[in-house]
Order: sequence, then C-alpha cells, then structure tokens
Amino acid sequence: MSDQFKGIEPMVYNSKINVPYSWWAGDTASKFYITLRDEKKIMGTKCTACNKVFLPPRKVCPSCFTENTQWVNISDEGTVITFTVARRQFAAIPNDRKVPVIWGMIKLDGADTAMLHYLDEIKPENVTIGMRVKAVFSEGRKGTIRDISHFKPVK
Amino acid sequence: MDRAAIIGVGMTKIEKNKVRDTFADMVWEAVNKALSDAGMTIDDIDNVVTTSSDFWDGRTISCMAVGDASGAAHKNVSCVEGDGTYGAFYGMTRSLSGSYKTTLVTGHSKGSQSVSSLITNSAFDPIYERALGMDMVTACAMQARSYMHRTKATPQQLAMVSVKNHGNALRNPLTQLPMKITVKDVLESEMIADPLRKLNCSPISDGCAAVIIAHESVAAKFKQKPVWIKGVSFCADSFFLGDRDLSRARSLTEAAKKAYAMAGIKDPKKEIDVAEIYDAFTYQELMWLEEMGLADDAMAGKLLEKGEFNIDGRLPVNASGGLLSGHPVIAAGLYSMAAVVRQIRGDAGGFQVKKAKTGLVHGVNGLGGQSHCVFILDKDK
Ligand SMILES: [Zn+2]
Repeated sequence: MSDQFKGIEPMVYNSKINVPYSWWAGDTASKFYITLRDEKKIMGTKCTACNKVFLPPRKVCPSCFTENTQWVNISDEGTVITFTVARRQFAAIPNDRKVPVIWGMIKLDGADTAMLHYLDEIKPENVTIGMRVKAVFSEGRKGTIRDISHFKPVK
Repeated sequence: MDRAAIIGVGMTKIEKNKVRDTFADMVWEAVNKALSDAGMTIDDIDNVVTTSSDFWDGRTISCMAVGDASGAAHKNVSCVEGDGTYGAFYGMTRSLSGSYKTTLVTGHSKGSQSVSSLITNSAFDPIYERALGMDMVTACAMQARSYMHRTKATPQQLAMVSVKNHGNALRNPLTQLPMKITVKDVLESEMIADPLRKLNCSPISDGCAAVIIAHESVAAKFKQKPVWIKGVSFCADSFFLGDRDLSRARSLTEAAKKAYAMAGIKDPKKEIDVAEIYDAFTYQELMWLEEMGLADDAMAGKLLEKGEFNIDGRLPVNASGGLLSGHPVIAAGLYSMAAVVRQIRGDAGGFQVKKAKTGLVHGVNGLGGQSHCVFILDKDK
C-alpha cells in the first residue's frame, strides 16, 4: 500500500445477490418426484449396458455414456454408507432444521448408488456406518426431495 | 513433445480479510510480483488466463473484471473456473500451442466477502440435493468419516497434519495462520461437523497468485531459472457424491498415474522430493498421498507419525504451510505451484527443503475432490 492512502478508512459496499430462479426438473426427475409425491415410492433409473441402478435417477449413465431407459422400484430401506453431524448452524442449513443436524449417505436396497438425506429419530452418537435405516415420508408432499422427511433406524 | 517451463511466480500475502484490496487490486499486486520475479515486463506476455469463480466473486464473468490488472488489454485473455492448477494447465497448453510463447496465469478469490456455506451449498445439484443444506464442510466431513472408517486413520493422525502444516507456516511469511499448536489443541478445538474439528479445517481467506508459463524456446530468455513441467494430468469423477466410493479418489489415482508416466517417473515414492497437496481439511493430505501412490494404502497416518512428511522428512509435504494455513479457493493451486517452483529454484527461504529436484503440485475442484490436477515439476528439462 502506498503512502498516499495512509489513514484512509476502508469502505465497504454491502449487497445481496437474490435472483429468482426456476429449475425445470426435466423428465427424469419429474417422474421421480411425481411418484414420490403421489405414491410414496422411490424409483431409480437403470443402465442397460452396465446394469447399474442410479439413485437419484438421471437420464445418462455416468460410466457408460448411454441413456438409462429402464425404471425400477427401489426399497425405502437401506444402509448408511457414511454420515456427518453438523454442530454449527451453517448458513446453508434450512431454517426448520436445528443443530445437531445429521446427514447420511444412504444406499437403498435395489440401488447401486447412494443418496444424501437426513437421519433422524436417533441420537448423533448412536449413528454408525452400516446401520439400517428406513424412509419416513412427509405429510403434504410437494414433489421435492423433502417429500422424504428423513430416514430413521430400522428397529 | 515441446516443453514448457514456469519462469515467474508472484503471490499476495494470504489474509483473513483484505479490506484495502479489490479483486483487481490483489491481481495487480500478484501480477507485478510475478513479472518482477521473472524479469519481464507486461509487453513480454503474449496472452493471459485468469482463474476465478463467479459465485465466489458475486458477479458474472468475474474473470473479465481482472483483465485490466492482468495487463490483458489488447491481448487474448481467456478464463478458467476451477482451481488455479486448471488455469495453469490451460496456460501451459496455450504456451505449447504455437500461437503464444508466454502465458500469464492468475487465480484469485476472497472468501471474506461472502458466506462460504451458501456458496458451496450451490455446488450441490439444485433438483435433488441442494435443499438438504449440505455444503463443502459437511460433504468433506462425510468423506473424512468414510476414509477413517476404511483406513483406520485416527483423529490423532489427522490432528498431526494440522500441527505440522500450521508449524511449517511459521517459516512462510505469506501465510495467514502460522501457529505453534499441539495435537491436544486440535482434538479440543470446536467440533464443526463430525469428525472435523475447527483445526481440521482450512480458514476462510483472501489472496491472489500468478505464474508465468513459457515455451521452451523462450524459457531461458529472461532472468529466472526455468522450472520445467515434466508431467501433468487432470481427471474428473462422477458428480453425485453417492456415485463414488467417498473413501477413495479414483480420479486422483488416474491423474497421478498419467502425470508420472509423462514425467518418466517409475517409483514416485523415491523420485518425488517435495509435494504441495490440497489440504483443505487434514484428512485430505493423508488420503490424497495414498491415492497418488506417495504412501501405501492406509499407511499415510503411520508414515506421518514417523515424521516422513515433515519439512526435514523423506518427503516434505506442504512445507509452505499448505491450505490449512491459508486457503484462498481457486488461487490455492497456484500458491502450491509457486511454493514448489521456489523449492526447486532453491529460494523458498524459511521453508526451503534440503533436496528439491523433482516436485509435485496437486489441485482439486469439486465437492469431496471430484476432480484432481497433478503437475510434476523438475529442475532439469
Ligand atoms: Zn452404465
């Protein structure tokens, strides 16, 4: 810093970026969400080249670069692959979730990939890798990922 | 194939909050330092690559706003969004293209000006994942747990990475968090997202770094000793975290293999003298070392305990202090690159290691290390 700016108070320009944005879900996610909302069913897409079942479902197999043309029903029960517990109320955490917030990476039976979601109805210290969990569906589903409220331990 | 070399580096000090500098001000400082380091003027620069992220900068086409300060007026200037090492990769290809001989590469960011949790939350898929409220810290915490579960790496070993790198930073005046701390300090620091405590995480930082990459035909024309790019590769893995085995980094293994092959390296454990690795979180240093074959599988923690990665160890890792001691995202990889360049030239000052003929630089982009870039730099052509 050159001397000419000595003693000058650093100014700040406060602003907020807030741009409305509508993400079209696309055919694949639309089908997934409609089934989830209306039938409380979880569906994945399958690659006919490598036979992998993807959850969340997507149109293209990331390994084979082919279109996933088949839909398969996936269980609402699965296994925790890994997890974390937020102890700080990070800005990204939705207002209706208070720390400790537990997220799990959950591989549902019938899927080859894992999905992210909340783990709840369990104390953070009791969560383990490998534990079995089951989806709890939300009341008043709107066709979003939060139509699943969370996953709870299988008793 | 033609060769390219790094012939100048310049960095601002990494700070928590650069209240007196705009993005362009930081770029101006780093670019002038790089030019002076290389013994060049802006007229000796044929073209410019800037590296930045629109979301972090809070503006669209963020790179174009630093063109003036990069001396890009009337030149071909292009941009990369990702880690600085990706900008350097592109800059190198431009210097090798035949169209240009010298490329100035910059990378900048200011974590201080926004809210990193919201910025990194936006890296998640908006349709399937974003609304759950995860961010880079919680994603990496999941990965840390997954890695620790598979390898049995201990919280103590993770803490030792923090102790080592913050300690190394005491030797590097450019760092933000030089600290003499103990394993106990780390293990007693605030739990942020299990298993990551505050001192397992890199800080929020501001900074800019610049490097100048030249074609071999002009590499020796200027003041500085050229540091040769012997090997380089980058690879990406699946976007969705749940598609990957988070305890592994397949794309890093692949990138490292290709970079070693290009550099003619057969035994990286023996042939790499010094490494700067993307340690945004403590576990990453151990995990990346294993995934690129610089430590045996699940052994990095044990080797760390033996002091092998200390500044005077077999393979000094993050002798500069690493990102744990200052982490301007995007610019990060260029800071690492500059640190290795200075090691190889023998002018790393307080953090100079004894033997530095061949060095490795590693950069990361994406959640939980979705993609990796590996450079092998060498004193000899
Ligand atoms: Zn496939």
